[in-house]
Amino acid sequence: MAERSFKAEVEHLRKGDGDVFTGEGILAITKALLENGVGYVGGYQGAPISHLMDVLADAEELMGELGVRFEANASEAAAAAMLAASVHYPIRGAVTFKGPVGVNVASDALANLCSSGVNGGALVIVGEDYGEGSSIMQERSHGFAMKSQFWMLDPRPNLPSITKAVKDGFELSEASNTPVMLMVRIRSCHVTGSFATRDNVSPPLTVKDAIANPQSDFNRVVLPPMSYMHEQDKIKNRWPAAEKFITENKLNEVFGPEKAKLGIVVQGGMYNGLIRALQRLGLADVFGKTEVPIYCLNVTYPIVRDEFDAFCEGKDHVMIVEEGQPDHIEQQLGSYLYKAGRSLKLYGKDVLPMAGEYTGQVLLDGVTAFLKSAAPDMLPGQVRAPNMEAPAIPDLSETVPIRPPGFCTGCPERPIFAGMKLVEQELGKHQITGDIGCHLFGSLPPFEIGGATMGYGLGPAANAAFDGGGERRAISMLGDGGFWHNGLSSSIGNMVFNKSDNVVVIVDNYYSAATGGQDVLSSRAQNDTKSTGNPIQAALKGVGVEWIRQIDHTYDVGHVRDTVREALTTDFKGPKVIVASSECMLNKQRREKPIRNKAIKEGRRVDVPRFGVDSDVCTGDHACIRLSGCPSLSLKRLDDPLRDDPIAHIDQTCVGCGNCGEVADAAVLCPSFYRADVVHNPSGFENWRAGLRSKIIGWLQTRRDGKRLRLEGAMQ
Amino acid sequence: MNMVLPQKTPDARVGQIIKLVVMAVGGQGGGVLTGWIEAVARAQGFTCQATSVAGVSQRTGATVYYVEMMEAADESPVYALAPSAGDVDILIASEMMEVGRSIIRGFVTPDRTVLIGSTHRALAVSEKMAPGDGIADADEVVAAAEIAAQQLILADMDRLAVDQGSVISSSLFGALAGSGALPFPREAFEDAIRASGKGVEASLRAFNAGFDAAVNGVVEEDVETVVAQPALQGPAAEMQTWETLIGRAKVLPAPVQQMALAGLTKVVDFQDCAYGATYLDRLDAVIARDSAAQDWQLGATAAKYIANAMAYDDIIRVADLKTRAPRLDRIRQEMGAKETNLVELTEFFHPRAEEVASLMPARMGAKWEANPKRMALLNRLFGKGRRLRTHTLRAFLMLHFLGGLKGYRMKTRRHEVEVAHLESWLSESLGMVEHDYALAVEMLKNRRLVKGYSDTHARGLTKFGTVMGAVSLLKGREDAAAWMSRLREAALQDPEGKALEGALRTVRSFV
Repeated sequence: MAERSFKAEVEHLRKGDGDVFTGEGILAITKALLENGVGYVGGYQGAPISHLMDVLADAEELMGELGVRFEANASEAAAAAMLAASVHYPIRGAVTFKGPVGVNVASDALANLCSSGVNGGALVIVGEDYGEGSSIMQERSHGFAMKSQFWMLDPRPNLPSITKAVKDGFELSEASNTPVMLMVRIRSCHVTGSFATRDNVSPPLTVKDAIANPQSDFNRVVLPPMSYMHEQDKIKNRWPAAEKFITENKLNEVFGPEKAKLGIVVQGGMYNGLIRALQRLGLADVFGKTEVPIYCLNVTYPIVRDEFDAFCEGKDHVMIVEEGQPDHIEQQLGSYLYKAGRSLKLYGKDVLPMAGEYTGQVLLDGVTAFLKSAAPDMLPGQVRAPNMEAPAIPDLSETVPIRPPGFCTGCPERPIFAGMKLVEQELGKHQITGDIGCHLFGSLPPFEIGGATMGYGLGPAANAAFDGGGERRAISMLGDGGFWHNGLSSSIGNMVFNKSDNVVVIVDNYYSAATGGQDVLSSRAQNDTKSTGNPIQAALKGVGVEWIRQIDHTYDVGHVRDTVREALTTDFKGPKVIVASSECMLNKQRREKPIRNKAIKEGRRVDVPRFGVDSDVCTGDHACIRLSGCPSLSLKRLDDPLRDDPIAHIDQTCVGCGNCGEVADAAVLCPSFYRADVVHNPSGFENWRAGLRSKIIGWLQTRRDGKRLRLEGAMQ
Repeated sequence: MNMVLPQKTPDARVGQIIKLVVMAVGGQGGGVLTGWIEAVARAQGFTCQATSVAGVSQRTGATVYYVEMMEAADESPVYALAPSAGDVDILIASEMMEVGRSIIRGFVTPDRTVLIGSTHRALAVSEKMAPGDGIADADEVVAAAEIAAQQLILADMDRLAVDQGSVISSSLFGALAGSGALPFPREAFEDAIRASGKGVEASLRAFNAGFDAAVNGVVEEDVETVVAQPALQGPAAEMQTWETLIGRAKVLPAPVQQMALAGLTKVVDFQDCAYGATYLDRLDAVIARDSAAQDWQLGATAAKYIANAMAYDDIIRVADLKTRAPRLDRIRQEMGAKETNLVELTEFFHPRAEEVASLMPARMGAKWEANPKRMALLNRLFGKGRRLRTHTLRAFLMLHFLGGLKGYRMKTRRHEVEVAHLESWLSESLGMVEHDYALAVEMLKNRRLVKGYSDTHARGLTKFGTVMGAVSLLKGREDAAAWMSRLREAALQDPEGKALEGALRTVRSFV
C-alpha cells in the first residue's frame, strides 16, 4: 500500500465532456492519458513522479473498465522496454519514471525503442528531479533525447498546457514514428489548478486484442543492416515529419508584440518563472501579456529551425532561458545563427548562471541584465537607479542549523545503523558503500556510515573493487527496493560470481519506502493485483549465496551488532548477506493506528508503548542521541540552576519502537530511559493485581519517606 | 540601443496576487495546511495555485509549500511555481529555525511580509548531538524576525495545537485567519477544515487557539512564578536539622546564597543532613578565600559544582529516584494516561563490573577493581542488560532495596573514589586563587565535563583530566582563564574530543 492514497481523487478521473477537473498535476496527466485512448501504462516510482504511479495503481479499476493495462514495472528499464508494444501495434502506451536517474536506467531500452521506431504513440512521462528538493545528482534528461533521438516536450506548467501536451505527445509520436518524452519538473508534478475535461476513450485496439493477432516485422529489429536503415530513417523521415507536425499544430507558442528588436526564447517549463520576472519589471501583466516577445518551446527537442529563424527576424537581441547544463539549446541556436551568418546578439548562459535552478531571483536578475544590455529604457526607473536602501536584516546563517532529511520517528533502519556504529566502535572503521533509499540517511550524522552511492541496487557492486578481500571486509548497504530493482543480478550475483568475501546488509522494510511505500516483490502486504510475499532469502539462495542471516526484528540492536560482527569476523569465505527486516514505521503507523484506536473505542485491551527519560537521572551527555537521531528524542532545558546542559527528552510523537531502550542497553549508556506501556481497557484481574501492587508499593514508599528528607514538587 | 517601447510600471493587478509560503519540517502536516488554504481561497471566489516539493524531503527535512491566489477574472493569471526573495506576502513557518531559514532566504521583507511563526523547536540533529549545549539561539531569530517582518505573529503553535489534541497545521491555519492577511472571513477558514472531514473538532479547537494567539497575542506564562522552588519534606526531627542548615546557607554572601540553597537541597536529597553539613563546610572553606571585591564568583561557582560532585550518579541514587512515589504520577501525566488506564514500566539497566565493584565496601572494591580476573567474573555474573518491570513487586522491591542503601553509601568504593576526585579538583582549583582568581573559577567550572554513566562517564573524566592538565600550560598567562573556558567548550563539542585536541594544539603552539 502506498504512503498516499488517491482513491478519492481517482473518482475525478471519471469526469467527461463539459466538466472541470481541479487538482494536482500528476492526476491531470493520468486523466489526459485516459482521454487520449491510452492502451497500456506502466512505470517505476521515484520522486517527483512517485505519486503518478500511486495514482495509476489506485486507478487500476477504472483502467480495467476502459481496457487499459497497468503494469508496475520492476525498473525504469523494464518500463521503457514495455513500450515495445507500440513498435508493431497501433496502441498508445505511456510509462513514467524520474529523470535523469530513471532515464539512465531506461536508456538501453529507450535507445532500442528509438531505433526501431514506433507505430502506436509512445509517451515517456519523466519527472525531472532538478533544483530545490531534488534528491539526486543535478543533471538533465535532455541529452538522452539528442543521442537516441526521441522528442522532448516541456510544456508550460499549468494543467491545461500539461494535459494538452499528453495529447500532442501521442499525436507527434504517431506522426513521426518516434517515442516522445514529456518532461514535467518537480513543481509541475505537484502544481494544482483546473482544466476542462473530455470523456475517457477506450483504446481502439487493446493489448488483449493485440496478442490475439500477433505481428512482427524484422525490419523493425535492431540488427544490421536494418539498424543502419533506422538511423537514416530517423534523419530523413522521422525528423522532418516531427518538424512538420510541430509547426502545423503550433506546439510551440509565440507571445507578445510581433515587431520588436529583442525577444526571449524559453523552455516551456520555465515560462511562468520568466513571466513573473517580466511582471516584476512591469513588462508583463498579470495574465502574462508581455511587452517582450517570447518564443516558448513546449517542444525543446527538436528545435524547429524555421520557427526560430522567423522569431529572430528583425531582432537584434535574443535571450535564451534554458535551465541546467550543458546548454544544449543555446549551442544549437548559436550554431543556427552562426551558420546563417546573422549578426544578432545571443544571450543566455552569460546573463544567467550556467548551473543551478533558475529561481525567481535568478530569472529576475538574468532578465534585468539582458534588458540592461539590450533595451535599458524598458527597465523601470527603480531598477536602473535604485534609491531605497534595503534595511539590514541580521545574518542568521551561522545561527540556523541545516536540516537534512533523516530517518523518521521509530524507523526500523535506525537500530541497524546504531548496531553498525557499535561494531565500528569495536572493530574500527570499515569501507562501506550506501545505496539509494532511506538507508542512505545512515551516511549523515549522527551515524556517518557509508561514503558512496553509485546507483539504485548498486551498493554491493560499488564495493566490487574490494571483492578480492583484504585485512578488513568491506560492507555495502542495499535496500529491498534496490535489491529487486537491480541488486539481485548486478550486486549479489556479481559478488557470488566473483567469489567476494564482503558483507552486504539488505535493509528490508517491506516497501519501496523512500519513494512512498509502494509494494515490491518481498512486501508482506496482501495486494490483490500483485504477487507479494516472495522472500529475499529465497532469491539469495537461488543465486548461490550460502551465508545468510535473517534478522526479523531490527530493533534488537544487540542482535544486529552481533550479527554484523559475526559477518565481519567469520572464517567463512564468500559473500555474507544479512537481511535486516522490520516494517517501515511510517507505513506501519498508517496501517495500525486506526485499527488500534478502533479497538480502544470498542473496549478491547490495547497496550500502547512509549518511551520516556527520567530527567533527574539523565546527565545531559547526549550519548543516546549520537546513536539514534530519532526526531522524537530531543533535548529540553531544565529549570535547575545546577544544570548546565540540556537533557534528553522524548516527546509525545514517540511510537514506542524500542530503539532507545535497546541502544541504552547494547551501548551500555545510562539508566535514564524507561518504557511506559499504557494499558487501555485492562481486564478485571489486571486491575485487581495493579491495585494490590500499588498498595504494597505505596506502603513501602510512605514508610521510607517517613524516615528521610526528600524533594517534593518541581525538581523533576 | 534604440528604445522599443516606452518604459512601463508594473501592472497594478500583479500586486493583487497574494503570495504565501509555508515552510515546514517534514511530517508536520504542511500539505494539509496548504490544502486548506487552497480550499478557502477557491471557495471565496479566488483562483489559486499551490505547489510543493515532495520526495525524501518529507522525511524530517525542511519542506517548502507555495501558494499564489487572486480574485477570479475572465482570464487565467500566470502564477509562479516558487517563491522569490522579496516577493512574499505571507510566510508561515512551523518551527523557530524555519522562521530563521525563511529570513535567510529573503522571503520575509519589511515592506510587505506577514510572518506567522511557531516558536517551538524541532531540534536539528546537529544541535542534539553535541555533548554540551548545541541548541541554536532562538533569540537571535526573534530579533531578526522583528526587523524583517512587516507584521509578526509568533507563538508556540505546536503547544497550542497539542493542548487541543490536534496538530500544528490547525493552529497555524487559525493564526493565518486571525492575522487578517487573507481577505476571507473566519467562517470560511473553518468551513475548509470541516470540509476536510478528519479530526474536525480537535482541528477547530486548535484553529481557535491559533486565531486567538494572532489576534490577542500570547500571554507568556511567567516561568518564575509558576515553577515552585523545589522544597524538601520529611519527618519533623529531620526538618529541624534542615532548618539549621538553611540558616547556615542564608548567612552566606548574597551572590552565593541562591546557588548554595539549590546545592544544599540537592545533596541532602541525595544523602542526608549530615552530608549537607559537609557540603556547607566545603563551601565555607572556599568562601574564606573569596571576597566581595570579586563579587563572590568563586563561591557561587563552587556552590554549584561541589553540589553536583557530591550528588554523583551511583546505583543507589538511580534506584532511589526510580522508586519514588511522585514518579509514577509524573509518568502517567506525561503519557496522557487516563484514570481507567494502567501504566506498566520497564527500566533499562545494564550494570558492568565497574558498577558492581563500586558498590562494594571501599577496600574490597579497590581490591576487586585491581584484579582483572575478578572483574571478568563480575561481568559474567552481572554484566548484561536487565529490563526491570518496576510496576511488578519483584523488580520494585529490588530497586527499593538498592535505593535504601544510603546508610551504607558512605562506605562504598564509589564514595571513596568520588571524594578523592572532588578533593583533588577542589584543592587544585583553590590552589590557583592567589595566582589567578579567574583561572581558579574556570577550573571549578570544569566539573561540568564529568557526566554520563559507564563509558560516557569515563570519557568525561578523561576530558576533565585533559582540560585540568592544561593548567600547567596556561598558568601565568593573562588570558589563561579565557583559554581554560575555551578548552572546556571545545571538550563539549564532540564525544571523541577532536575539537579539544585542536584547541590544545593551539595552546601548545603559543607556550
